[in-house]
Amino acid sequence: MTVVLGQTFTGISIGAVLLLIALGLSLTFGQMNVINMAHGEFIMAGAYTTYVLQKSIASAGISLLVALPVAFLVSGALGALLEWLLIRRLYLRPLDTLLVTWGVSLMLQQLARDIFGAPNVQTRAPDVLTGNITLIGGDDPLTVANSRLFILGLAVAAVVALSLTLRLTPLGRRIRAVVQNRDLAEVSGISTSTVDRTAFFIGSGLAGVAGVALTLVGPIGPTMGTNVIIDAFLVIVVGGIGQLKGTVIVAFVLGVLQSVLEYSTTVSVAKVLVLVGIVAFLQWRPQGLYTLRTRSLV
Amino acid sequence: MNLLKGPSARAAAGFAGSAVVLFALAPLVLSDFRLGLLAKYLCIAMVAVGVCLAWGRGGLLTLGQGVFFGLGGYAMAMHLKIADAGPGNLPDFMQLYGTATELPWWWQPFANPLFALAATVLLPMAVAAVLGSFIFRRRVKGAYFAILSQALAAAFAIWLIGQQATTGGTNGLTDIQGFFGYALDDPVNQRMVYFVIAAALLLLIALARQLIHSRYGELLVAVRDSEERVRFLGYDPANVKLVAYVVAAGMAGLAGALFVPAVGIISPALIGIVPSIEFVIGAAVGGRASLVGAVLGAVAVAWAKTALSEEFPAAWTYFQGLLFIVALAFLPGGLASLAGIVRRRRATAEEKKAAVIPVGEAA
Amino acid sequence: MSSLPHIHRRRFLAGTAALAAVVALSACGAKTDAAGSSDKAAKIDVSGDTVKVGLLNSLSGTMAISEVTVRNSLTLAIDEINASGGVLGKKIKPISEDGASDWPTFAEKAQKLIKEDQVAATFGCWTSASRKAVKPVFEKNKSLLFYPVQYEGLEQSPYIFYTGATTNQQIVPALDYLKSQGLKKLYLVGSDYVFPRTANKEIRAYAKANGMTILGEDYAPLGSTEFSTIANKVKSSKADAVFNTLNGDSNVAFFKEYKSAGLTAKSMPVVSVSIAEEEVKSIGTQYLDGQLTAWNYYQTTQGAANEKFVKAYKAKYGQDKPTSDPMEAAYVSVYLWKAMVEKAKSFDPEKVKAASDGITFDAPEGKVTIDGASQHIYKTARIGKVGSDGLIEQVWDSGKPIKPDPYLKGYSWASGLS
Repeated sequence: MTVVLGQTFTGISIGAVLLLIALGLSLTFGQMNVINMAHGEFIMAGAYTTYVLQKSIASAGISLLVALPVAFLVSGALGALLEWLLIRRLYLRPLDTLLVTWGVSLMLQQLARDIFGAPNVQTRAPDVLTGNITLIGGDDPLTVANSRLFILGLAVAAVVALSLTLRLTPLGRRIRAVVQNRDLAEVSGISTSTVDRTAFFIGSGLAGVAGVALTLVGPIGPTMGTNVIIDAFLVIVVGGIGQLKGTVIVAFVLGVLQSVLEYSTTVSVAKVLVLVGIVAFLQWRPQGLYTLRTRSLV
Repeated sequence: MNLLKGPSARAAAGFAGSAVVLFALAPLVLSDFRLGLLAKYLCIAMVAVGVCLAWGRGGLLTLGQGVFFGLGGYAMAMHLKIADAGPGNLPDFMQLYGTATELPWWWQPFANPLFALAATVLLPMAVAAVLGSFIFRRRVKGAYFAILSQALAAAFAIWLIGQQATTGGTNGLTDIQGFFGYALDDPVNQRMVYFVIAAALLLLIALARQLIHSRYGELLVAVRDSEERVRFLGYDPANVKLVAYVVAAGMAGLAGALFVPAVGIISPALIGIVPSIEFVIGAAVGGRASLVGAVLGAVAVAWAKTALSEEFPAAWTYFQGLLFIVALAFLPGGLASLAGIVRRRRATAEEKKAAVIPVGEAA
Repeated sequence: MSSLPHIHRRRFLAGTAALAAVVALSACGAKTDAAGSSDKAAKIDVSGDTVKVGLLNSLSGTMAISEVTVRNSLTLAIDEINASGGVLGKKIKPISEDGASDWPTFAEKAQKLIKEDQVAATFGCWTSASRKAVKPVFEKNKSLLFYPVQYEGLEQSPYIFYTGATTNQQIVPALDYLKSQGLKKLYLVGSDYVFPRTANKEIRAYAKANGMTILGEDYAPLGSTEFSTIANKVKSSKADAVFNTLNGDSNVAFFKEYKSAGLTAKSMPVVSVSIAEEEVKSIGTQYLDGQLTAWNYYQTTQGAANEKFVKAYKAKYGQDKPTSDPMEAAYVSVYLWKAMVEKAKSFDPEKVKAASDGITFDAPEGKVTIDGASQHIYKTARIGKVGSDGLIEQVWDSGKPIKPDPYLKGYSWASGLS
């Protein structure tokens, strides 16, 4: 019983990480239909931001909290720059965007290697986040890592903030208007190019926040983005484009699925099964779990 | 008639020209080592022929060509490993890492050279047919199709790595000695492998050109540009796409099979997400919709990777990244469209005199 | 439309011509492999006052995190040798190539170094997969590779010199140490590739013969960074110790998760065979304090040779840069090659090989000797403990250099392995 519960919690914590890395994509890919392969490198930028800040701020806890907004701004700025330089020329060619941003991701990785050195770097986690809390005591106790709880909290906060922004603010209304009908939005007086850049800024900024969170559980190095990028895209694809709730549900379902399969088989087999499962799922629902109903024919 | 005659005569001349370059000039000019590298590039170009068909003409961004390349490559390598080991013996890596005392059942058919040869092409085609018939019928397309392909490539690579006892794991199948009785460490035989690859590439190009210029080719472009209209005309777009996908898979499989004797290794490193992107990026840089562009682009990008990494071992990824960005963001038709732009400029200048609009030039 | 058949015919002709050419040329293919062996050996460019050597490491991709440091120490050794007059009166000219963490690329670059640059020897490779990919290249061209990383044994190529530890100089001593500490129930965690899988096979054989039990064995794909499930499994197994053969990025994620699960060096020590000072630095002592490692060299190893090495390395690459076992083995490999060349009075690989037996070098890890028969070197095994300062303190050593035994022929329990 403890095992089942334990793996469910593990799955939720894996899901929280997935959700956080995919959240930015739900905006740039899900809403704007841009396949940004450099998203992983924006995550990396967030992680390196934490590293740099820790050099000047001694306290691990404070530097982590400061890193969250700073990484949001750093990665967001990188994203806005990328949008302005390249992506705005490519809105009508989504598949070219994939290849161009792949080139960008190669260059950013090499840049990180040249600035911070090829080996991974370390950040200190605040002591409170390296411990765990015991849910069920006894001989085979069920514990949950504090770092995972923090990430879960961060992910939930980010989802709430993003969805409130999209629903309630004028900016959110403009973003949704552009997504639903770009031409009509344009003739209604919305500057679609400004909206695009802002949305890209927010989406990339969320990648930076995810990068800060990843320093608690994983390596900080030039290739850390490539390790997670495909998983993040799959979450969006399976969740369905244009809807946050799909992303949230799928991130947690995939997390639990992965952890349960890992426990009963091996990591490799679990990974293969999840990927094959996703392909099969898309046969059943080719538009993902939730779809934005449009009047398009497909 | 003049309009038709122009491009086709050019094609024939180009074909003869490239045969001369590949069969006479390259072997004369290049050292054995460089010729071996060219053989490798030509294998990548073979994949690009299929990519040109499926993506350039059919609009399917096949980001999972690594899977088919790998299937072909492993089918070939499995046979060559069995042949190297000799009858009754296990391939070297199985003796080291395996627990089995005899060949696993799914290896056994590959002992037969004819089965293995057929499998290099038919196996990828069969897999593509099954996958494609599901995917296209459910109308998965665009970005979804691209990311789905990547997921498959990743899954296949991870699976191969996990089966070390029977697939060689991360190492892949290495140290391949012979190719149907010919020792591969002999430069003369390496040259022969190169010629086989060059001939196969030319044949594939001819086949693809035939397809592109057939009625099917027109239908494929129509599906790419407006799937709905084609459907309303009474065709099933799923079948049209399926053919291009399956043919491209077969070409990738053949490329993988010939890659093995040329390079002497097949490994999961050639199958996952990164190589799958590299397979299409050459075609994209050269011009995805043009056969010549795709093939030359693939060779050029592969060559540039070698040359840049030899020249700047610590900084070459900057140049590679920059090349992709510049070529794709600013030249959507690839390098091939440069020629088109020049030609159109010249044509416009002439037309200003004649005031006739050209029809046959749209690439 | 009337011109269509015309095109077909031309195309057909070209195709036939191409095919005919293939058939004609394949007839020239030599079916025998009896070509004289001497003329197949690689040429070495010794014209001029320099001799070229190849440096083949991953400078990009996932393995760059480790391999760049090896490149640094190779360069250091070459600079030192050149400053003191070079080899046989020639300065060493390093030719740098990037293996890009991709095994077929390693094979391609190895060929380039041998055939185009005509190097006298090549230094590099890290993963076993890259070594397996280049092994046939060096054997076919009869050129030398110096491989500086500990590995899984069961290999002995006539053209590779192994300057890192083989199993009986690292893994077996580590198991002996665990046994002597009374830690008999082990859990095995490794990356999914040839070194961990083979090492774990050897560990199982050892355990069976020595009354130890293996409670579980888990692999994660190389580069995998999600270890919560494995940490859970390890925790609930209640093992005495964990034997860790993870490589690269995965170690960082594993140790972060390990600590989060409440496991410590006291409650369940982890013995790692791929975590050296550089990795300690990138994981953080916060997560590693008190954990065990098995190597042949630590930055803290006593001796004048090591003081000199550490000082020279820091002077060249920065005071905050640590030295580690693979870096030391790479550094040593250049000096060993130099000694072999000088004894052979030639750069010819065959003569260099023949001169190798018994060559010694006063290495940072202590005196090392080449075993000419296996082309491995005698090395002292050392178990270390990660300290809170990020350095590794030795807690046990084998007393004297251990004779390399890549096929574990001297161990009866290993009889079924190869």
